[in-house]
Amino acid sequence: MNRNFEQNEQMTIQEIQEEIVDEFSMFDDWMQRYEYMIELGKSLPLIDDQYKTEDYIIKGCQSKVWVHAQMKDDKVVFTADSDAIITKGIIAILIRAFSNQKPQDIIDADTSFIDEIGLKEHLSPTRANGLVSMIKQLKLYAVAYQTQLN
Amino acid sequence: MDGREISLQFRFFTSFKMTNKDTIQSKLNIDTIRKDFPILFREVNGRPLVYLDNAATSQTPRQVINTIVDYYQNLNANIHRGVHTLSQEATDAYEEARRKIQEHFNIAKPHEVIFTSGTTHSINLVATGFTSFLDKDDEVLVSAMEHHSNIVPWQMLCERTGAKLKVIPMTVDGELKMEEYNKLLSQKTKLVFCNHVSNALGTINPIKGIIDAAHGVGATVLIDGAQAAAHIKADLQALDVDFYTVSAHKMCGPTGVGILYGKEEWLNKLPPYQGGGEMIAEVTFEKTTYADLPHKFEAGTPNICGGIAFGAALDYMNAIGFDMITEYEDELVRYATEQLLTIEGLKIYGTAKHKTSVISFNIKGIHPYDIGTILDKLGIAVRTGHHCAQPIMDFYQIPGTVRASFSFYNTKEEVDVLVEGVKKAKSMLL
Repeated sequence: MNRNFEQNEQMTIQEIQEEIVDEFSMFDDWMQRYEYMIELGKSLPLIDDQYKTEDYIIKGCQSKVWVHAQMKDDKVVFTADSDAIITKGIIAILIRAFSNQKPQDIIDADTSFIDEIGLKEHLSPTRANGLVSMIKQLKLYAVAYQTQLN
Repeated sequence: MDGREISLQFRFFTSFKMTNKDTIQSKLNIDTIRKDFPILFREVNGRPLVYLDNAATSQTPRQVINTIVDYYQNLNANIHRGVHTLSQEATDAYEEARRKIQEHFNIAKPHEVIFTSGTTHSINLVATGFTSFLDKDDEVLVSAMEHHSNIVPWQMLCERTGAKLKVIPMTVDGELKMEEYNKLLSQKTKLVFCNHVSNALGTINPIKGIIDAAHGVGATVLIDGAQAAAHIKADLQALDVDFYTVSAHKMCGPTGVGILYGKEEWLNKLPPYQGGGEMIAEVTFEKTTYADLPHKFEAGTPNICGGIAFGAALDYMNAIGFDMITEYEDELVRYATEQLLTIEGLKIYGTAKHKTSVISFNIKGIHPYDIGTILDKLGIAVRTGHHCAQPIMDFYQIPGTVRASFSFYNTKEEVDVLVEGVKKAKSMLL
């Protein structure tokens, strides 16, 4: 699975999202989708322990989610972790799509693929897992780096 | 502590060893009762709903739903104001509901029942009212197992007055340390707050002892009955409690309505909480005199329909009978405890000798949120998280728990679905 994270360098966000949608379309029911998501969670590029602090926590999640971003050449590289495995799976999917991408591309990215892979219920702003907050946080990092570039 | 030790601590285990699962549901006709609750027949995620989040809010029987519909179809008018028939009828129905509540909780006078929007409103009313009665040398005691709504208003009161907030500690089983409580009490103690039943642990607190000891040093006591009222019929005169709070939606009534019970002498002493219509006797721009109880605390147009429906909910539950409800729920919780403890790695938080209707648990190595998410996909509604009782989670050093909470319309079969669901979640997540 780690290979997918490395492949991102050659693919656009749109292409990665289509790839994820393809992968999830193989599953017949929610249970398989969740099992796959849990697997993805286990392959998440883990955040360095020094960043697992209050400063890097995403608010609005029932479980704890830490995200760190740094610029590598002209691309944003995300690492993350969560104490809940399903949450970790969700952030793994987001990071697979957004990591190693240019800030402006992250800012412009559409996130409707989440709906297409059958995780629509997690997109509700009232949902306690904070997927909406995660997307917002990833985009905020991108905005910050884009501002530096300008 | 292993499962056997936990189960032996349950009061119902000491006298009764269940050998036949069918003994459950023998006295109450649960099938008939369930037909009163339309929502129990809907599906969630393609599966029959198993509703085990009753501690957050209970479901509503059609008798209460019909009362709400009937109110808006036949009775809707503003109360205590109009001379016209509709207004009189609505007023009569609302006041009749107040009398039902008075009777249910064995309250001495109907005007000691103040309609509020619920427990949080009730507590804030008292906490705000006490601002002028406290100073910096006073102390207020709060139990270690409170809901945020019975902590934050008192913290705010202490910030306003300089009074000190002290905590009555609890044991690892989730029982208050009564010896410590008695040591904390002194002439400085002005107020004591405690819930009747803990929403996160299910502990039934020894409130009679808490009230009597507080009165011994001249302190005033507020008991939060939000979690207890659906399971225990409290006799407020026998308890001699100063204030008691209830939310209708936790006992088959609608959301947005509840009561504050207060002893007449206290309600007369407390200043009004909100100004507005209904709560006045005379108003000039120089001075307003306030209305008598209960109207002094019921400014503005109240939740008339909600109050009337609250009365209907009490009628419904009393027709079944609280003795029957308590006995059945105890059996159900005992069965669920026994079955859940067969799952390796499952730990129950809150193993007090006296507890009711709530099982808070975690599985080693799994976040409660993950279990709750999988259970939801299986149509099972539980609550996960800190249950608005973060100090309890800090006490156990856990991020939260999975909480299954039961009502008299739940069944043994639903417990089995829960147990299978937890097993499924465990196999997926570990």
